[in-house]
Amino acid sequence: MAVAIKREQLDAVALNEEEYRAIVRAIGRDPNDLEIGMFGALWSEHCAYKTSKTLLRQLPTEGPHVLQGPGENAGAVDIGDGLAVVFKIESHNHPSAIEPYQGAATGVGGILRDVFAMGARPIAILDALRFGPLDSGRSRHLFHGVVAGIGGYGNCFGCPTVGGEVYFDEGYADNPIVNAMCVGLVRHERLRRASADRAGDVVLLVGADTGRDGIHGATFASVEMDERSAERRPAVQVGNPFLEKLLCEACLRLNELEGVTAIQDLGAAGLTSAAGELAHRGHRGIDIDVDRVSRREQGMSAYDVMLSESQERMLVVVRPDAEASAREIFDHFELHADRIGTITGTARMRVREQGITVADVPLKALVDGVPLRTPAAAFAEKRPAPAMPLVEEPEAILLDLIASPNLRSRRPIYRTYDHQVQDNTVIGPGFDAALLRVPATDKGLALTTDGNSRYVALDPYEGTRVAVAEAARNIVCTGARPIAVTNCLNFGNPERPEIFGQLQESVRGLADACRALELPVVSGNVSLYNETSERNIPPTPVIGMVGLLDDLSRRCPAGFQDDGDIVFLLGETREELAGSEYFRLLGAPLEGRPPVVSFEAERRLQAAMLDSIGRGVLRCAHDVSDGGLLIALAESALYGGRGLRCPGIAGPVSREAAYFGESQGRIVVSVAPRRVPELQKLMANRHVPLQAIGVVGGEDLQVGSDIRISLDTLRQAWETAF
Amino acid sequence: MVFPGTWSDRDCAHAVLDVLQEPVRYIDHREQNVDGLELVILPGGFSYGDYLRCGAIARFAPVMEAVADFANRGGLVLGICNGFQILQEARLLPGALLRNASCEFRCEWVHLRVEQSNSAFTLDCRPGQVLRIPISHGEGNFFADPQTLDALERNGQVVFRYCAPDGRVTADSNPNGSVRNIAGISNAHGNVVGMMPHPERACEPLLGGSDGLAIFRSAIHALTRVAV
Repeated sequence: MAVAIKREQLDAVALNEEEYRAIVRAIGRDPNDLEIGMFGALWSEHCAYKTSKTLLRQLPTEGPHVLQGPGENAGAVDIGDGLAVVFKIESHNHPSAIEPYQGAATGVGGILRDVFAMGARPIAILDALRFGPLDSGRSRHLFHGVVAGIGGYGNCFGCPTVGGEVYFDEGYADNPIVNAMCVGLVRHERLRRASADRAGDVVLLVGADTGRDGIHGATFASVEMDERSAERRPAVQVGNPFLEKLLCEACLRLNELEGVTAIQDLGAAGLTSAAGELAHRGHRGIDIDVDRVSRREQGMSAYDVMLSESQERMLVVVRPDAEASAREIFDHFELHADRIGTITGTARMRVREQGITVADVPLKALVDGVPLRTPAAAFAEKRPAPAMPLVEEPEAILLDLIASPNLRSRRPIYRTYDHQVQDNTVIGPGFDAALLRVPATDKGLALTTDGNSRYVALDPYEGTRVAVAEAARNIVCTGARPIAVTNCLNFGNPERPEIFGQLQESVRGLADACRALELPVVSGNVSLYNETSERNIPPTPVIGMVGLLDDLSRRCPAGFQDDGDIVFLLGETREELAGSEYFRLLGAPLEGRPPVVSFEAERRLQAAMLDSIGRGVLRCAHDVSDGGLLIALAESALYGGRGLRCPGIAGPVSREAAYFGESQGRIVVSVAPRRVPELQKLMANRHVPLQAIGVVGGEDLQVGSDIRISLDTLRQAWETAF
Repeated sequence: MVFPGTWSDRDCAHAVLDVLQEPVRYIDHREQNVDGLELVILPGGFSYGDYLRCGAIARFAPVMEAVADFANRGGLVLGICNGFQILQEARLLPGALLRNASCEFRCEWVHLRVEQSNSAFTLDCRPGQVLRIPISHGEGNFFADPQTLDALERNGQVVFRYCAPDGRVTADSNPNGSVRNIAGISNAHGNVVGMMPHPERACEPLLGGSDGLAIFRSAIHALTRVAV
């Protein structure tokens, strides 16, 4: 029977027999090779979310300020003054594992295109990265390659890289995580949706010529990797940020033009996906003539052209009478544009080559028809936290911790990124959240990414809630109010029940957390099959969050500001050490219950913080997160270049938990002595516990009789090179 | 001046127009003349992707002939970062900018010592004054042969050197390996200046500092003086 004949072909595009039968049902016959390739790409996990779609329906995606939720190139949220912030985060894990520089570079390129396709000017990039420990040569190669690729693309393009995070863990040794988030701004009336809803419109392919690079990239990103994956290097695309800059400027100008129906970037699954999606969104069909597509090399088949993932290409749909004006814009930027097809009323995608129809499929089936998968889920048994010896030398531990790869200064990384271009960076990388000016207003946008995979590994539900709460706290520490979320769910092979169980619990945690904080999820991406030679990555949901600060003059820094200021710890410290950086340092097994968030307390804390910053009470604020309280105090001291005298930290918990525990819902703040009563009152109003820690000043970080380290020594440890 | 791949054009316009309230016109790389302009800024970016060599292609842009004429007639020209590289490729300024000694891109605040206040862009500064301004480049390692360097020093064409916050010119304060810590130079007449740091990023306290204003204000001052 037909299925047996196609077995090898199905494997090549990672479809199963049930899916093949669904294709046959949808098109009423056996698909030809090109059609199998097209369905394979669009029905891949990467494009179709066939394993995660059902779960993602739990996420809150609406809110009074949401202008565009998931389903478009990026989400959009109203920020007043007639402006919208447009943003999305996306993974480029698989390509980066094979070719780190180009994998990361094209990850940045792809997410930039998603944002300017919406009509928005990209104003910031953030990157969430995970690698194996740096004592391995391969991890170093991946780390340095990825960092160079991000800088190489963003710097040349001219969009500042203002934030992100990087963590090192054995679990990522084979399969790094490279997630890029882009944020853009657009006036409401220019916010664009990539929907081709007029039959007869002209379809232009603009930008780079089409080559054989990246064919089956979407499929490749949807299967596990093995030792032979390096052979897939030709499936990794090569980026050209210079061309992308021209494309961006052209698209932004095009966006002002009458008669432009849709702009869509070509990403995973190339032309097939871009053309299919924009015609399907507009409930129309599309005819494509592959002979019209300019190519980099001779001998390319229709299959190659339809599935190429060559970078820096956009599809632009215009009314026939607007084509000439559109071409003027492309000419100005010396961009090449091919008229490759037309929008039709057929609701089908037809591909022609030399006058012959080589593919003819219904768009609904191609774009939206994949049978959803519901794999079996299993849940890991939770084990009690390991017992650990008491801290005998807290000073040495603190120095070791602050020098450890997960806590040391990220300056060696972010100084290779242009984080200032466009003249909006008020708080750059290296702090809780970046803060950007909204041009020509007094407003600021706070941006952050977050996700502690050790907590998620211990408990996917609680760990994901922590990631959302912590991202929100990072935003709040600048004085901004969190307004919306994007997310990237990086998990292993979902066909393994324990992995699907992680994903299921994590999405439930994400949904609950976003509901609790009233934050809509407006965009996102799922990256599954992060499995290499049967080893799966730790579950890694990454939360990207955007906050709005109405008055930039009311921003709050993270470093100590003035000698004599009084330092307080807000929030409650519990006996929570499992999953901590302290336990990692001591080599404890990853077991036990991660820190747990109380959203009731979290909401009160965040409201009290915004109130205090708005009234100008706080001199500085810094979230207590990885490494615990002493690390947070040390960082605020280092940021501000001022010491701290703390007579001692008392409390109901062990010294270990007080110093290095990672209880959530805590923030270190400093305040001028005369405003202490005001702070106490504001916190009391919201029932936020507050504990006096010490006084800013001196050259040392001093905690009771346990710790006395000069800032110089601390800084030296913190600035340990990678 | 906007070449394909220029990205500091909008930042420079912001500094001059929004902060200093002086009129701005964007010049396209295909224009044939720069008539009616008093100051030409070649902003930072990656013109033509910097794919061959920084500035090597931009110098052939049609407008560059007009810029050379403008400069030779005494017009004020400021090349920032990639603009500095272009001015060198166009032979309007001597020397070359090599890959940073660290072999890495560097974006950070640095300190510059103003070496002389005769150039049109340092008129309002005093020699020895320290300015805090960011750099953002991968190829800013200034190089020239010893004879050229000596001539530059002798003629007072070294405008800025990387220095410590207290003004001492030290190896530690040199972010890219530039010979003699040179961060910016002028032509013999002082009307053409090239510098690697980005003064347009240091024009507002909100963004971390406003020392860059001294450079733009000097140029405005120089123009007013000429007019009077």
